[in-house]
Amino acid sequence: MKSMTESGALLHRVAESGRRPVSFVLNGQALTAMAGDTVLTAVLTHSAQLRFSEFSGEPRAGFCMMGACQDCWVATESGQRLRACGTFIEEGMRLVTGAEGPV
Amino acid sequence: MSVRAVIVGAGPAGVRAAQTLVAHGVRPVVVDEALRWGGQIYRQPPPGFTRAKKTLYGFEAGRADAVHSAMAGILDKIDYRPDTLVWSAEGSQLDLLRQGEMSTLPYSHLIVATGATDRVLPFPGWTLPGIYTLGAAQVALKFQGCAIGSRVVFAGTGPLLYLIAYQYAKAGANVAAVLDTASFADKAAAVPAMLGQPALFAKGLYYLGWLRLHGIAVHQSVELTRANGGDRVQAMHWRKAGRDHHIDCDGVGFGYALRPETQLPDLLGCRFRYDKLQRGALPERDVAGRSSVAGVYLAGDGAGIMGADAAEWAGERAALALLADAGKTVDAARAASLEKRLAGVASFRQGLERAFPFPAGWASAAPDELVICRCEEITAGELRRCVADTGAREMNRLKALTRVGMGRCQGRTCGVAAAEILAQACAAQPDAVGRLRGQSPIKPLPFSAMKREAS
Repeated sequence: MKSMTESGALLHRVAESGRRPVSFVLNGQALTAMAGDTVLTAVLTHSAQLRFSEFSGEPRAGFCMMGACQDCWVATESGQRLRACGTFIEEGMRLVTGAEGPV
Repeated sequence: MSVRAVIVGAGPAGVRAAQTLVAHGVRPVVVDEALRWGGQIYRQPPPGFTRAKKTLYGFEAGRADAVHSAMAGILDKIDYRPDTLVWSAEGSQLDLLRQGEMSTLPYSHLIVATGATDRVLPFPGWTLPGIYTLGAAQVALKFQGCAIGSRVVFAGTGPLLYLIAYQYAKAGANVAAVLDTASFADKAAAVPAMLGQPALFAKGLYYLGWLRLHGIAVHQSVELTRANGGDRVQAMHWRKAGRDHHIDCDGVGFGYALRPETQLPDLLGCRFRYDKLQRGALPERDVAGRSSVAGVYLAGDGAGIMGADAAEWAGERAALALLADAGKTVDAARAASLEKRLAGVASFRQGLERAFPFPAGWASAAPDELVICRCEEITAGELRRCVADTGAREMNRLKALTRVGMGRCQGRTCGVAAAEILAQACAAQPDAVGRLRGQSPIKPLPFSAMKREAS
């Protein structure tokens, strides 16, 4: 799996930067988001994907951000699946963006 | 008669409907999937965000604030259920899911105000990370204070295209280009129809002028040919007047106006009719918003795209219809005035459709390798082969044979494009290929919720 720093962030913060920091873990790495971030924002301000397609193995990072397209499902370390655009990040959340390639 | 009124959706239509019911002594249940009211257009940021409404909603700040305040003023007079998904409906009862818990909600009267999502016509490479709908680009900015890239291209057509490019540039994001599939001539031809709503028309011109004034490249009459990239988008390609162009970018927002969310009226058995202007099937409604099913009312963009102002009027009008049907006395003059305003918007809509026409040649230009369904990764070529091999000429048949529209999104994203490909493949008009039937659950349910209900 490619490192997160290599792929870089997909989303860029342009406002609302004064919020309380929230710690979470992505693929074993400790990272910081902000209170009020969705899981999608928390992950994609550090990384460029949320999951890999179960068919082509290509990376995916959401599409509609309003709960319609179902492209942004992301897994927790315990195997729970979250719709990243409609779930807020919580302190200590442990997320995994899955393995590269078809599973 | 006893009224158990339920409103689905807390956008401009749902809020005005609720306010109207409350004013007539009815306490509705308002079910909404979002955490806070406002819908998509007037979506409120999470608690703790500090930007002013003027910054978030621009010219629409006054409207947004009025809708937000209207709802805030009736919260103690309604049964408000945010963060709640309606996942099915049958026999005067809705099936709900809230934080993993299922429940049912009976009603005597139901107002469906479920809103819209972007109408998507894919281009090769559209599944690359960094490529979002125009609506998503706006949600990222309004709801999260984020831009979808450090160098963003906005593409497709429709009034949202210019609005969102303007909002990004105003917020300090780098807008690399605006690529509009419509032409300048389309916009000029639309002027007479749009003058009926001069304020809306002037805003549209203002965004375009502002972008040009600030040095942002606006290319019209383009055909989007592909996005390039490895693990994420790196460039957007287009063709104009026979020549190929491209621009480097790390974010793309695109869409072709909006499509209504009609699954709920479909599950409720409402009759649909093909609408030429919106190029798709819409649930039938009378001027007041009554559907073909007694006790079910339709309002806002979920019943047919008319915009946020019209959604407020339609929400109020549908609530008045509900009240009248339930035997309450309502102000007939007010109802007539709302109907008149809605009729005025209908002619403006004709103008918008002319200014930002659906790219009718999209399907014939779509290459076979183009992914149409991003859930199941079904290509245009697979759909065309199915038509050639099996003679399929109807959307639900095509779905059964290819799985297009059968994935997690239930055809919300791919349904429009799949219907266009099907019509092109069997040389039919888009109204001749039918429409994807709504299926329950409307959205995926977690297994844990089903176990809990069974126990």
